Amino acid sequence: MSAAAPSMFSSEAQAAADRLGLTKGRANLEAFADTLLELAREDRRIMAVTSDSRGSGKLGPFGQALPQQIVEVGIAEQNLVGIAAGLAAVGKKPFATSPACFLAARALEQVKNDVCYSDVPAVLVGISAGVSYGALGSTHHSLHDFAALRAVHNITIVAPADNAETRAAVRAAAAATKPVYLRFGKAAMFDLPTGDGTEPFAFGRARRLRDGRDAAILATGETVIHALLAAEHLAAQGISCRVESVHTLKPLDTDAVLAAGRDCGAVLTLEEHSVHGGLGEACAAALLQAGVHVPFAIAGFPDVDTVTGSQSDIFQHYGITMEGVADRIHSLRSKRHQ
Amino acid sequence: MTDRDLARKSIEYRRDTVRAIMHAGAGHTGGSLSCIDILNVLYNRVLRITPQNWSAAVRDRYVQSKGHSVEALYVVLSDRGFFPLASLDTLCHYRSPFIGHPTRKVPGIEMNTGGLGHGLPICVGMALAAKRDGHDVRVVTLLGDGELAEGSNWEAAMAAAHHRLDNLTAIVDHNALQITGPTRDVCSNEPLDAKFAAFGWDVRRVDGHDLRALEDALTRPGPAGVPVCVIADTVKGRGVSFMENVLKWHHGVPSAEEFARAEAEFERQLAAWESGA
Repeated sequence: MSAAAPSMFSSEAQAAADRLGLTKGRANLEAFADTLLELAREDRRIMAVTSDSRGSGKLGPFGQALPQQIVEVGIAEQNLVGIAAGLAAVGKKPFATSPACFLAARALEQVKNDVCYSDVPAVLVGISAGVSYGALGSTHHSLHDFAALRAVHNITIVAPADNAETRAAVRAAAAATKPVYLRFGKAAMFDLPTGDGTEPFAFGRARRLRDGRDAAILATGETVIHALLAAEHLAAQGISCRVESVHTLKPLDTDAVLAAGRDCGAVLTLEEHSVHGGLGEACAAALLQAGVHVPFAIAGFPDVDTVTGSQSDIFQHYGITMEGVADRIHSLRSKRHQ
Repeated sequence: MTDRDLARKSIEYRRDTVRAIMHAGAGHTGGSLSCIDILNVLYNRVLRITPQNWSAAVRDRYVQSKGHSVEALYVVLSDRGFFPLASLDTLCHYRSPFIGHPTRKVPGIEMNTGGLGHGLPICVGMALAAKRDGHDVRVVTLLGDGELAEGSNWEAAMAAAHHRLDNLTAIVDHNALQITGPTRDVCSNEPLDAKFAAFGWDVRRVDGHDLRALEDALTRPGPAGVPVCVIADTVKGRGVSFMENVLKWHHGVPSAEEFARAEAEFERQLAAWESGA
């Protein structure tokens, strides 16, 4: 079946998606909400905690089906996380759901102290993450959440790339005995290929979507599709790229990162986040400290006043597209041959 | 335990708290002394929290939001049998679990606190869990009056009333002094009674050093569905004449000489207690 072309794809990118036979799924947020409801019907400890975010979190059906398992706290993110910590401390399994921009900034101290330091098994769900709310401006962008949370001890940080990763991540988070941060956007995502011998989803294990020997793209969340299309595009030019979905930023799959450098000789990271403090810098640290010195670049959001528009507009502006990623790979390979 | 025995405990708790701070060379003396009577009544008369039921899933909960007064809590928990008083010899030592704020590494401590404005939201979560499950559980937090400038308290105050958490009690250790000076001069929270009442709480104002009044305020039934706020008027540094209402004892640490003077005062208080038989 031919993939419906989202506006973020050029005609060439659409052609690449068609060649790969990719089909469009739903927003990861919707896959999250459905999975949570399914789990909560079986496990009555699970609670959805919302800060006037029931609608944006797609948790309306959850609230209708399981009114005893949803808690509304109003527009109060600090309270959201504090209450979730209290619920978790006495045996509940709360999923505190709020736009990522607020969860990882306004409530950061509650995340650090009440959840991570107190070590309670709360799940923090950052919705409409990255530039999902692109036209609403910087107040509603979360391009800092990986950086802020990576520096906090005792939290697993996960940005699923598609619906399948989302469903698996929600299940893993529900079973976790430690704090977890899940990050979801609101655009419909393409179902990514599982590939031969792909390992089942597990926190901290990158998923190899495509193998290659000339360069590696380590991508996370909603940027992974662009990495995959770029690899397909580059293949037609005789350049073979490995693509890893690094859904877990912490703990980082260091083995996969080092293998990318050693096997492919050039590494590009890709994320819907500031170039400061996210996946790219995590991978750079891993490579340098292991003595793997290969051409390396971080693709993401530069440290500027972010432009506004749709998520697709903004991605195109900063080169988070098939073409933009392919250009970065060419540039990296030219460095290798210097 | 008789009321008279309870009164003796307060004197002993104060002595042991000041001694622990002196040995550690660090601590929050004034605020620990102001909340001793509150903790005494809570742990000996109100809360169903013991070493025996500590691992039970369903039991009362206490979160000390004014975490810096942890030395007083350590002494009371020790007396309740959670650990030997001698454990406090390591207070603030390298790698000791007995640090300057509560952590769950210490038996009897519910949550890690220290940043202000965190206890009440956590307790709202705990009280909500008990309500949803239909469990008879009381949840209590202790706040400082200076701490009430943190906005998260008021987010939680609003949510507690909205969710009808009559199993939740917030006690304000209203010693009216904070590190910079009198709370009313730093950022006044008055009229505090009216603020909590306006947020939908059942407000009870008591002398925070009157054990009987405290017990009454903490056990008297209130209206259904309404959380309880006990504003306990206290004296920072209570029990040591030269520390009472003196700003430097917020986190002043007594010298050996100052401790000797304080100890002499405690001895006199104990002697007066004996003769008052």
